[in-house]
Order: sequence, then C-alpha cells, then structure tokens
Amino acid sequence: MALETFYEVMRRQGITRRSFLKYCSLTAAALGLGPEFAPTIAHAMETKPRTPVLWLHGLECTCCSESFIRSAHPLVKDVVLSMISLDYDDTLMASAGYQAEAILEEVMTKYKGNYILAVEGNPPLNEDGMYCIIGGKPFVDQLKRVATDAKAIISWGSCASYGCVQAARPNPTRATPVHEVIFDKPIIKVPGCPPIAEVMTGVITYMLTFDQLPALDRQGRPLMFYSQRIHDKCYRRPHFDAGQYVEHFDDEGARKGYCLYKVGCKGPTTYNACSTVRWNDGVSFPIQAGHGCIGCSEEGFWDKGSWYARLADLKESGFGIESNADKVGLAAAAVVGGGVAVHAAVSALKRAQVKHDTSNGADKGGDK
Amino acid sequence: MTDASLPGTAPPPAPAPAAAGAAPAEEVVKGGKQLTTFYIYEAPVRLWHWVNALCIVVLCITGYLIASPFPTLSGQPSDHYLMGTIRFIHFSAGYIFAVAFIGRILWAFAGNTYARELFTLPVWKKSFWRGFFTEIAWYAFLKPRPMKFMGHNPLAQTFLFVVMVLGTIFMIFTGFALYSEGTGLGSWQSRMFGWVIPLLGGSMQVHTLHHIGMWAIILFVIVHVYTVIREDIMSRQTMISAITNGYRSFRDNDPD
Repeated sequence: MALETFYEVMRRQGITRRSFLKYCSLTAAALGLGPEFAPTIAHAMETKPRTPVLWLHGLECTCCSESFIRSAHPLVKDVVLSMISLDYDDTLMASAGYQAEAILEEVMTKYKGNYILAVEGNPPLNEDGMYCIIGGKPFVDQLKRVATDAKAIISWGSCASYGCVQAARPNPTRATPVHEVIFDKPIIKVPGCPPIAEVMTGVITYMLTFDQLPALDRQGRPLMFYSQRIHDKCYRRPHFDAGQYVEHFDDEGARKGYCLYKVGCKGPTTYNACSTVRWNDGVSFPIQAGHGCIGCSEEGFWDKGSWYARLADLKESGFGIESNADKVGLAAAAVVGGGVAVHAAVSALKRAQVKHDTSNGADKGGDK
Repeated sequence: MTDASLPGTAPPPAPAPAAAGAAPAEEVVKGGKQLTTFYIYEAPVRLWHWVNALCIVVLCITGYLIASPFPTLSGQPSDHYLMGTIRFIHFSAGYIFAVAFIGRILWAFAGNTYARELFTLPVWKKSFWRGFFTEIAWYAFLKPRPMKFMGHNPLAQTFLFVVMVLGTIFMIFTGFALYSEGTGLGSWQSRMFGWVIPLLGGSMQVHTLHHIGMWAIILFVIVHVYTVIREDIMSRQTMISAITNGYRSFRDNDPD
C-alpha cells in the first residue's frame, strides 16, 4: 500500500482545506519563496506520498526535539509530525524495545535510498563508541548503518553539526559531528542549541515538498535561514552604528535597549535567523530580552571564550585563561618596546665608546 | 654578490656591480671622506611605503576602536553615526591598503631590482645567509661594524617578507572575509574571500586572528622605526633619505 499524501493525512486529522492553504502560503513565506510558490507547495502536498524520516538520537540533551515539537507555525505541531511519517524516533515513539528496532529495520529495507535520516546529537568515538549505547550497540554503529541507505541526512542542532558542549575541550568522549563520520551522503546542517522550531520544520517541509535539498552555504547550512548574521537584522543595530552601548547590565543603556556589543553579544559573528524568525511564535529572542547572543549556532561556541566578551580567550594558545588578543598584544608591545629602549641605550653607549677610542687615535672600528 | 650587498671593493669609479642601475648617482667629497650615492627606491616604491604607513596607522586605530568602542553616547540613535563612521574609515583604508599592495606587486615587475627585493628571499644564496648572520651579530653587539647593502640587509628583508608580504596578505584576506559578512553572500567579496571564514574556524575565530594580526603589525612598526633610525645613525649607509628622496649614500668606500 502506498503511503498517504500529506494532504490526506491533514484532512484525516480534521484540518480544513482553508487551513491547509494558509499553511502552504505561510510555509512559502517562511522559506523566502514568494506567494507564487504557495500553489506549488499545495500541489506537492496533495500528490506526493509521505517520506519516511528516521530520527536518531546520539549524545544530546533533546533540546532539538523540545524545540521542534513546539513549532508555533500553524498546524506544525499537528501536521509536520504526522506528515513526515516519523517512523522512528526513540524519544517520541510509542513503541519500545524490540518493536521499535524492528520498525527501523523495516523502513530501512522497504524504503531503501528513499528515507531521510535526521540526527540529533552526535556519536562519541572514544572506547569504540561505548559512551553512547542505543539498543545495546554503540550509537556510531547505528548511525553508520542507517546512513548507508538514506537519501539525505539532516544534522539537527549544534551537536550533530559541530559537536557542541560534549565536544568542547577536552572532549573526553571524542564526541564527533556527523559530517566527520559520514562522508558519502548529502548533509544539511541546522545548527543552534537548539535550532529555531520554524527553521527545523521549514527545512523538512522544503525537502519533502520539492524533493530536493535546500540551497546550502559553504558550511552546509540552508541559505534561507543561515545566510545572514543575527547582527545584520538585529532591531538594536541602529544603536550599534550610532555608538550607543550597554556598558553594564544594570546601566541606563541596558534600560534603554542599547546595543549589547560591549557586554559580549555574539550577534556580529553568528549566522542564524533569531533576529527575524525569533522564538516562541515570534515573541522574542535573547537580544530582545536584554541578553547578548551567545553564538550557539556557531562552530565550537563553547571554546571561544566568555559569552560576555567580544575578544576571544586565547587559553588554547597557551596564553593563560584570562588572556585575549589585546592583553597578549599589549604585553608583547611592552616587551618589544622595552627591548628597543635597552638596545638603543646599549647602542648609544657603544657608539660613545667607539668615538672615544677613535678620538684617542685608536684605529677606527672597521676591522673584522 | 647578492643584489643587496654593495661590491664596493675599490675606490670610485665603482666596479661593475651586479645590480643593474647601480652606477653611482653622485660622488661628493665631504670632510675628506668620499660619499657615494645611489638611486635605490623609485617614486612608486616610496609612494607605496608612505601610503601603506598611513593606512596602517588609520587601520590600527579604527580597528582597535571597532573591537573596543568609545564610551556610549546618549540621545537618539539617529543623532549619531560614530561606529558607522569608524567602520567606514576602516573599510576605506582597507581598500586603499589592498589596492596599494596590488600596485606594489605590479611595480615589482616594472621597477628596478630593489622593487623586487620585498617579494624575493634568496634563501638559496650563501651570501644571503652570511649577511643574515652578520646583521644578527651586529645587532647583538658582537660585531663592531655592519656590512654595506644597496637595498635591504637580509635580516630586514626577512622581517619585511614575513610581516609586510605574508602579514599583509593575511590581513587582506581575513579583512575582506570579515567585510564580506556585511556585503552578504553573492557579493564579490564573499565569492573571493568568504571561504576564509569556515577555513579558519568561524567568524569569531577570524575576528580574533585579524585582531592578533594588528598587534603583529604594531610590533613590526616599533622594531621597524627603531632599526631605521638606529641604522641611519650607526650603519654605513643612509636609511631615511632612501625612502624619502630615493637616494642612498654610503659613508665610506671600504670593502665589505
């Protein structure tokens, strides 16, 4: 039996055609496609069979799942979860144990080469992967096995995309992002800790309706959500350009909503859609709440120093925990400046001595 | 003989030097001593030097202020454009810095042999290393007298190559990569330099490295200014005149 189409699933769940079309328009807008693509999405959803998605969990905290199920875009919580035919998700599925693993096997054989693998978390590689055991076996084995026949892989969150906190120095379990374990499949990175719910559902909807991967940037992130920095679309940007900053979290500038650059906002170095899509049905995002961006969707953000400083720590370079580029630079300038001063003094003394010798009739200091 | 060191074994007329155009421009007798003067740095090289120096000063000051901005301003944001102006000056100076560097590379092909010195380290030449270690000994006060050089001494040449060629290339690449974050994907800056950001480990990392690059250049400037003044006083050739009017005089006609 062929799988139902998305539209059939929605109708079966009591969603009206009107709501369905609204969803298509909103999805088109969220994907940056323009209104003429709404019918395309509607057509695809009416005719395409649902694509099975296998959702694996490695070393993670489930924040991606938590974010995903709270997607506030219309119908997402009802529709996307059912429409993507989420056939295996060991956190969300009702079945357990042997039954659950059997479904995994079934989908893998029945839809060989046609299912999407979504990975939340990452595999630890130390001790042969024994730091993360799924169904009695190392997660890395499950990941490799399921990836073999997948059409494409989605790396959910910073864990799967970059490694996140479990891969932060010194990374005792050698937690490794998905793209460093699987090399032969297209991988879409959807970083963030967690990624924005609408971004997650948007990426899945795009892949299912258009049967192709979204356009990706150099690092493999979907351009529609990760092509600009938080800073580029931040509503506090005028304060940045004007030179109006929060100097301390309790000062006048903080109350007036000035730019958080000086208290370490990572907006200028972070690619994500927070300042446009925002969170919790577009209610707010960290900067709007008065706290700088911590750059959670950037590679290695745990290791880039304080969340409250613009200059990264240089402790990994052997300069000590409190060092940054300015401290090291100033210290080096002081050492070099002092060296120059001493050298100049010695030079002057030497020169005086030579002059003295010369004027005393000694041979001029030209011999080797 | 290296391109850099003066043959000068005999009193003038100078022996046929290896370098083209090395015929003395003038010979003056001053205080019983004969000064031999050569035209070393042509106008484009000198112009580049001073444009570059000015750019470095502007870039360091504005760059530092971008990382550590002035104290906050009060009033409406529409009343000010302080950070915007500082960034504009930084980006403009960056463009001039980059264009001047490209011009300098082109002049290396068109100019005289000393125009090429900046880009070529003749590490395969024995004389280069002899000059290199002699200069180290001279700076360590182990030798009473340095060697004579038409262009740069090998030690200076090495420093210039590392900081002013490799360093400049690094700063231009990281700088335009960071600039491309503002101009956006699809801009020529992004297409040409955007790959630097993932290569070096993300935007924050590139910011940090660009900042460290600034400090490296500041250290270079300290050493550069000091050694130039010291050499102008203590070495056997003039320094400051060479980069202002292009002429370098030697204070003696002794051999090496």
